[in-house]
Amino acid sequence: MMEAFDILLTASFWVAAIRIASPLIFATMGELICERAGVLNLGIEGIMVAGAFAGWVTVYAGGDLWFGVLVAALAGAAFGLLHATLTVPLGLSQHVVGIGITLLATSLTYFTYRIVLPEVTSPPKIEAFQPLPIPVLSDIPVVGPALFAQTPLTYLAFVVVALTAWILYRTPLGLAVRAAGENPAAVEAQGISVAVIRIGAVMAGSALMAIGGAFLTMSAFNSFFFEMINGRGWICIALVVFGSWRPGKALLGAILFAAFDAYQIRLQQLTGGAIPYQIFLMMPYVLSILALILVARRATYPKALMIPYQKGER
Amino acid sequence: MRLEPKPSPTMVETLAYPAGAVLVTVLFASLLVLAAGASPFSVIYLVAKGAAGSQFALVETLTRATPLIFTGLAVAVAFRAKLWNIGAEAQLYIGAVMTIVLGTGALPLPAPILIPLIMIAAMAAGALLLLGPAALKVRFGVDEVVTTLLLNFIVLLFVSLLLEGPLKDPMGLGWPQTKKVIAEAQLPRLIQGKRLHFGFVIALAAAAATWVIMKKTVFGYEMRAVGHNPEAARFAGMPVNRILMKTALLSGGLAALAGFSEVAGLKGNLTLDLSPGYGYTGIVVAMLALLNPLGVVIAAIFVAGIFVGADAMSRAAGVPSYIADVMVATALLTMVVAVMLTRFRVRWR
Amino acid sequence: MTDEATTTSGAQAGTPVLRLSGITKRFGPLVANNAISFALGRGEVVALLGENGAGKTTLMNILFGHYVADEGTVEVFGDRLPPGDPHAALEAGIGMVHQHFTLADNMTVLENIALGTQPVWSLRLDRGRARARIAELSADFGLAVDPGRLVSALSVGERQRVEILKALYRDARILILDEPTAVLTPAETEALFATLRMLVAKGLSIIFISHKLNEVMAVSDRVLVLRGGRLAGERATAGTTRQELAALMVGREVAPPQPAPVEPGAVLARLSGVSLRSDAGRLDDVTLDLRGGEIVGLAGVSGNGQAALAALLAGMVAPASGSLEIGGRPVTSWTPRAALAAGVGRIPENRHAVGTIGDMSVAENVISERYRDARFSSRGFLDWSAARGFAQSIVDAYDVKCPSPDARIRLLSGGNMQKLILGRALDPDPSLILANQPTRGLDVGAVSYVHERLLEARGRGAAILLISEDLDEILTLSDRIVVMSRGRLSAPSARGERSVAELGELMAGHGLDAGERGHAA
Repeated sequence: MMEAFDILLTASFWVAAIRIASPLIFATMGELICERAGVLNLGIEGIMVAGAFAGWVTVYAGGDLWFGVLVAALAGAAFGLLHATLTVPLGLSQHVVGIGITLLATSLTYFTYRIVLPEVTSPPKIEAFQPLPIPVLSDIPVVGPALFAQTPLTYLAFVVVALTAWILYRTPLGLAVRAAGENPAAVEAQGISVAVIRIGAVMAGSALMAIGGAFLTMSAFNSFFFEMINGRGWICIALVVFGSWRPGKALLGAILFAAFDAYQIRLQQLTGGAIPYQIFLMMPYVLSILALILVARRATYPKALMIPYQKGER
Repeated sequence: MRLEPKPSPTMVETLAYPAGAVLVTVLFASLLVLAAGASPFSVIYLVAKGAAGSQFALVETLTRATPLIFTGLAVAVAFRAKLWNIGAEAQLYIGAVMTIVLGTGALPLPAPILIPLIMIAAMAAGALLLLGPAALKVRFGVDEVVTTLLLNFIVLLFVSLLLEGPLKDPMGLGWPQTKKVIAEAQLPRLIQGKRLHFGFVIALAAAAATWVIMKKTVFGYEMRAVGHNPEAARFAGMPVNRILMKTALLSGGLAALAGFSEVAGLKGNLTLDLSPGYGYTGIVVAMLALLNPLGVVIAAIFVAGIFVGADAMSRAAGVPSYIADVMVATALLTMVVAVMLTRFRVRWR
Repeated sequence: MTDEATTTSGAQAGTPVLRLSGITKRFGPLVANNAISFALGRGEVVALLGENGAGKTTLMNILFGHYVADEGTVEVFGDRLPPGDPHAALEAGIGMVHQHFTLADNMTVLENIALGTQPVWSLRLDRGRARARIAELSADFGLAVDPGRLVSALSVGERQRVEILKALYRDARILILDEPTAVLTPAETEALFATLRMLVAKGLSIIFISHKLNEVMAVSDRVLVLRGGRLAGERATAGTTRQELAALMVGREVAPPQPAPVEPGAVLARLSGVSLRSDAGRLDDVTLDLRGGEIVGLAGVSGNGQAALAALLAGMVAPASGSLEIGGRPVTSWTPRAALAAGVGRIPENRHAVGTIGDMSVAENVISERYRDARFSSRGFLDWSAARGFAQSIVDAYDVKCPSPDARIRLLSGGNMQKLILGRALDPDPSLILANQPTRGLDVGAVSYVHERLLEARGRGAAILLISEDLDEILTLSDRIVVMSRGRLSAPSARGERSVAELGELMAGHGLDAGERGHAA
């Protein structure tokens, strides 16, 4: 019993938790931006797959790591543009289009993978992002290694959260995004195009989702596997709800969730097979559903979420 | 740009826009084929030949269409009521599990009794699985898209657990698979020596029954009303929540039949690769069919043809068979645009 | 005519600050605006008067750039306004206060006002500057509102002030107000008029859109009357009368219906001390009797609990305390279905969102309340030929223009849709009728048709509750009038017993203390 508790005090546990949280943080911020502007982006799962591959394959082909991140973001933005074109001006069902984007992005990725690597059995590796300990800070016990000895991409995840919060709450652009998700007529009445704001938000959000995917192939691991996103996108959608559409709370949710995930892996080792490993693997998904139930009652959705808007409509 | 609803579309429009959607899909796929270094024309020819060019091909296509008809119907029914069931995959596996539990010797009954019994049990299991998300939606307002999606992963892990535990075949050389169902639980083959089985007939019957439910019954009318405008339905005195729950039962049950039919008709046992995403492809099938149950049959055969044809083509032309998945996903997106264009006029000013 | 006075101040008196020339806008076969031209002078209040559907809102949407006109031009201070660009309209000094407020509830007053006033890519929202500016404008124009509060916490009157501040913040020189009084109490309306006079004194020009004659007479210098998308007439307010404007607006002398007095019958519905809270609003200790052969008109400023009372009678909510008796029996499990079974005919407030299912056919819509009856279904199967027959009978009896019972109801005009709803509600002969805003947005012909049918039902002995924001409608049709304010109901008054001013007092919530409230037994 004590051992189960001791896990929480080890630095390696927190290092893992933050590492597991990083891709979720990117993708959750991405989804949050989309939803704040009034668009549910169910393309997230597929966009993460595409981002994971795009980033990895760029580096595999000889590109620089950061260039890989950029390519992943662009790939995500491209799928975001497709999503937004169908859901914003054309007002098509965000459920159907989102699922369609996920299917398309996933299948296109697998197709491209097979084109690029026709006959491989075990996927090739790349030189991934390495941990970059920050002097002094990384020497603090437990917290140091967890927060200040991660890869640059993890640091970027935290920067993205701060940036998202700043933009949403402190800039004119953020006002427009939040208003577009609450009452698009308010945006248009002030001379700003709702369509432009929403399309932009979906593209930016999708780019972040793709970077979240790329984190897996370029920082957490160093190669690309099929099924590697494995529902992380759907979990991020739950995290957005759990975080009440606020960047800070969503960050907290992602870390909590990742901590739990890291914990179950260690607990699994500790129990030595007495409990089937599938039970542990189920936990993240079960936890997401429980989180949704927990907050559902008091969740205040952006009022215009999933409601298409036409100019001059009130 | 604005969209204006237009009166009932003409016959030409109803045909032209979906045809355009198919054309765009084929064009896009051709680009990918070119990128893969093959000739689009020969690839199209090979796909068509592989899907319908021989008796073997046709039988294979219909066999592959069978589970897609079930999952397509499940999605069509649910989406009609705007119940976003993305969990047909999980419901399929639960149906398969029920088939194994009851069909591997636990119930020593003759086939005419055993098979219907297994079907009912499988449907009940699938129905109950979707009842949870539906209840959460109705009670707490939890979005069923996310819950049904997450349940797919949970159920697959659950099946994996069963395959390595209680349901593991002791003679399976350690593979995570179950025992085969007994002869009494097997669906007969339709053609001697071919893979097409009685599940296809059940699928056709299910499509016909679903069509009758949607078009002719009070329940179908209520489902459509709730899907189009829940507020107006509630005002008119329809028990909206109960209708959604009933829809969930029907949808989950239909999806579970896919699992039953695959196990009892085709595979005989349950493995973790029973379904290559039939649950998700069912969404495409339903949308291509415009949620019409009879259209689901056609759409399922079409989609199955693409998959079967692409497999054959892939072996011959060296283009990855994932081209089929790309085409199916593209068709979904182009089709929703086509449907919108038949109902709305786009004005650019 | 087009003089060169293009200085942005629009200096000389008499120079139009705004000129619309030959504006035409079509929506499919409907011509919403037909060759409309007019000019607005500096410091002038022009009222745009017209019935619902006359084309007022469309015209203003064109002016503001939400829509693009098919023909015609808009000039502001002599410069042509690029079409379809709200941003350009704002830049040119046009401010619009929409009928439905365009505020984001999740943001503060300041954020709503500042939205779009700074370049979108600025790194920081300059709150300090915005706060100072708002304080200054608030003081100048007497529009007190706390910039730090969330919009969701504001009253309707305060929200309107925020809307006006939004326009002033952007240096609007021309202010368009679309039906600004629909949601205000008479006292708030007076305050709004005072603000408008102050704005005019400071040189702004105002377009005041309304269908209420008395307001138009009170506030405007000049009246433009729209009818059926055309400019039907133009009058100086000082030189015209209500009667003349009414005739212009309607196109003919309107003879209001003269309901013959009817001896009220038995009490068919009784509310005793009903309180409830719901999404539709709240009721606070409401007591009311509805008798056969009588129309009770419910007046009030929108959002004061009328919707809750309507929801109660429709079966959508049950009383939290107090009791509701229908036909002498207290209701127990009260649902829409129970209400229908008890003989309540319901005409909902919003025919698009609640009254009909747009994507279903006429036949499917008219049976939506009765599809379980033996005449439409048996053993779970629907009888579509019976449904079509029923739809056809309503189409014939109520003179509905529709291609066939299989047509999607979305394609019907508002009037025809309302006639179908009426036909559905009046079948089979309800003893109690809830008519919630039954004529909102309808043209004159449809309005009088609905009125006739309601009076007919009254003649047959039905009890009718008429809820309307149109006081004229209430005054014309009602045998008794009750007023609702903040969820409380006034004692009823007989036809002609209370003056309009007295009703206005009640609408504002004065005199609705417990002692005042009568119990109409």
